[in-house]
Amino acid sequence: MRRLDAMQAIYPELERSVVVTIMGAVAAELQSIGHRPNFFYLLHAMGLASSVGLGLAIARPELPVVVLDGDGSLLMNLGGLTTLARYRPGNLVHVVFDNESLLSVGGFPTATSTGSDLAAIALGAGVPRATTVRSLEEFRAAFQAAQQSGALTTLVAKVEAVGPAGYVTDLSMLENRYEFARHLKGLIPKG
Amino acid sequence: MPVSLTSSTLIYRGLKETGIRIVSALPETWLVHLIRMAEEDPDMTLVRLAKEEEGVGISTGAHLAGVKSAMLMQNHGFLAAINGIVSCGQLYRIPLLMLISQRGSFGEKDPWQTEGGGVTEHVLEALRIPFDRLEAPEHVGKRIAKAQTLAHSASRPVALLLCRDLMWEE
Repeated sequence: MRRLDAMQAIYPELERSVVVTIMGAVAAELQSIGHRPNFFYLLHAMGLASSVGLGLAIARPELPVVVLDGDGSLLMNLGGLTTLARYRPGNLVHVVFDNESLLSVGGFPTATSTGSDLAAIALGAGVPRATTVRSLEEFRAAFQAAQQSGALTTLVAKVEAVGPAGYVTDLSMLENRYEFARHLKGLIPKG
Repeated sequence: MPVSLTSSTLIYRGLKETGIRIVSALPETWLVHLIRMAEEDPDMTLVRLAKEEEGVGISTGAHLAGVKSAMLMQNHGFLAAINGIVSCGQLYRIPLLMLISQRGSFGEKDPWQTEGGGVTEHVLEALRIPFDRLEAPEHVGKRIAKAQTLAHSASRPVALLLCRDLMWEE
């Protein structure tokens, strides 16, 4: 499974959600499919995308939140899984694209290449639903089930270690940040 | 416990008056009353962290979602959170309000706390984070409000140091 195809497969759902991505290939590829004002790309601060997602999910429980994380990023904030599990917002789906490498800095293998199991770690941390999928069909079904479950889910998608040619896009970080915040403000129910 | 309940109450009131609705925290002795107040307040969400840097992400998400938040941490927790503060809070111009207990200053009895106190203010300066000290009860309400005002007008992280004379009753 390629990550680009996986994101394409759930793009209709992403369009209806509040999405936070990690830096690198995930951010560039999602933008190549199509940027939306409800997509926020955290282009640094490795590990914190899941924490940003938790902040969003707690602050706005009425909105479906999706975090598009990666194995390298999540490994930098494994403690954050215990915090996610502790508050377990039912409106948060935590997708981890696991290519077993730090692709954007030269493809160095991460610990998931030597057996570390992120779905098992998530379950061990107390995340109520966690699973690993390896095919596009499984991924789409598991993602839709996660969004419908109303329970915090960590969905680990094993993907190929391939990515785009470059990671810098036309969208500036601050433009993205202010557009995203303004968009969320517009989604506050009136009355 | 000689942690000042009076000062903690003033600080908590200051946070409430600036509209804070989410507090992230890692426990430390000086923060026990503040964390308990946040936990018992039905209008406040307390997020207990595994590591302080997570709080930067949580406050970022909350801010982007339109909700005011604050981080409670020890100065060693601030030191542990620096990459997040720089590469999330500063890079994305997030008005983070950080309340940092300034352990390791004159009067500190715990040997293990003595190194952080000497570097905290220098690190804040190096990071160009505006900060002020809360040393006396009359500082508290006004300085929290002013810190919050600057955080939002500058759209940047700011810090308040919770100092021994305010927090600890010998």
